[in-house]
Amino acid sequence: MSAGAIIMMIVAISLVWGGLAAAIIQLRRHPDRPE
Amino acid sequence: MATKELGREQWGTRAGFVMAAIGSAVGLGNIWRFPYIAYDNGGGAFLVPYLVALFTAGIPLLIFEYAIGHRYRGAAPRAFLPMARPAQAIGWWQVAMCFVIGTYYAVIIAWAVRYTGFSIGQQWGDNPEQFLMSDFLQVADAPGMVSSYVAGVAWPLIGVWVVTLGIVALGVRRGLEKANQIFIPLLVVLFLILVVRALFLPGAEIGLNALFTPDWSAITNGQVWIAAYGQIFFSLSVGFGIMITYASYLHRRADLSGSALVAGFANSSFEILAGIGVFASVGFMAAKSGVAVDQVVTDGIGLAFIAFPQIISTLPGGATLFGLLFFGSLVLAGLTSLISIVQVVVSAVQDRTGMRRGPSVAIVGGAIALASILLFPTSEGLYILDAVDHFINQYGIALAGLVTVITVGWLLRKLGMLKDHVNASSAVPLGQWWTITLSVITPIILGWMTWDSLRTELSTNYEDYPTSFLLIAGWGVVIGVIVIAVLISLIPWRRSVPDSEHFHLNTVEQEAGSR
Repeated sequence: MSAGAIIMMIVAISLVWGGLAAAIIQLRRHPDRPE
Repeated sequence: MATKELGREQWGTRAGFVMAAIGSAVGLGNIWRFPYIAYDNGGGAFLVPYLVALFTAGIPLLIFEYAIGHRYRGAAPRAFLPMARPAQAIGWWQVAMCFVIGTYYAVIIAWAVRYTGFSIGQQWGDNPEQFLMSDFLQVADAPGMVSSYVAGVAWPLIGVWVVTLGIVALGVRRGLEKANQIFIPLLVVLFLILVVRALFLPGAEIGLNALFTPDWSAITNGQVWIAAYGQIFFSLSVGFGIMITYASYLHRRADLSGSALVAGFANSSFEILAGIGVFASVGFMAAKSGVAVDQVVTDGIGLAFIAFPQIISTLPGGATLFGLLFFGSLVLAGLTSLISIVQVVVSAVQDRTGMRRGPSVAIVGGAIALASILLFPTSEGLYILDAVDHFINQYGIALAGLVTVITVGWLLRKLGMLKDHVNASSAVPLGQWWTITLSVITPIILGWMTWDSLRTELSTNYEDYPTSFLLIAGWGVVIGVIVIAVLISLIPWRRSVPDSEHFHLNTVEQEAGSR
């Protein structure tokens, strides 16, 4: 694989999967308030 | 307590809702559409317009639909009705589209069910294309209306409908939520095993190189941006009422924007994973046949049912397992989306008539299943499916999305109220950017997308199909769903929708603050 391809693969994975991890952590830190 | 009083079903847990929303978004398009679109539109550089589209259209639209469904607590027609009486037609438009989409989406799942079986011993033989077209689908020479029936597609299709309607009949909590809580983790596990296996194939790096090598000149190409917005829009299942319906079963204090972020990122995460799996496999095939990647790669039905069987037959070992994983994943990804599509129609009819879930599933779900079983397991089924899918996407879902944001944002000016509604219960507050993305960016992009494809449509017949065929299976269907939607919306509601059934979070917030 070319350097450009490796870099873009790492960037894509970290941004999107990292974004998912961050979104899950964020949501878990804020449990829904009971009614 | 409130649930009993109001009589509307609710998700058991927040995770259950999020999982169901992910199940709806993650569908066949994630596996067979995203990898090719990314490769064809700048490779690694596609990430830039793709992420911009996710943040300026995808996630804002998800939040928008969650907010409408949650605020007005109804499937699409009932959710639009209190905004303005004529706006319910948009809801019925979305419901009618779900009816149509459900009929053919189930057929592709039925094919995948059969191909899961064919994987054992690679029963498609040496020529998967001929096997698909002649032996399995028995496709007619020319497009037209139904002439002969294909039993090999019909019986798995009946099975798909029995399972789907069974899940929907069990209800939101025991049916949809349970099914997604089992199917989505299973899908991720199966697909992860497939990706790991694909990565160890000789030539995998050639495929990944083709997918991720950035062509930065693509960023200045308008078509690439259309492709990115189109992928985000179609992949997230926004625009046809699913997210409105799912959000209507949330409880009063549900976090809307936080859930939308998780669902949006989860959908994209699965797309990246699918891209890696598909291109590692395609790279192996290219290396094995001594050709370039662009000679092997394609998208849609050709990728799943012709290219992948070829790849599976060429594998050095474990071909059957690889086939089971790939087609099993297609079945699971498709099924979790199909149940959400059917739920939109069932839920809308329940809201409208006050019918209980059981009879509603039997009548409405039965009607979708019947249309599906009568039309598609036929020699002309593939042509009808192809034409209906193309037209309903371009001039149904995208156009309805455009009409929805213009009606709610510009004409009825509800975005400010919806923003306050979301902010009253969500941890991630929406700012002015949310209103701008929905009232400016989304209409421009959707308008541009529709205009762009309309220009092509009017200059050449889609897939060179005869005009008489496209007038029925293409234009006839998209105009038909609009006419039906308008007619249904003209019938007065016998059941009134008491305002007390809506969630007024802003008022509740103020009351809570003043106490």
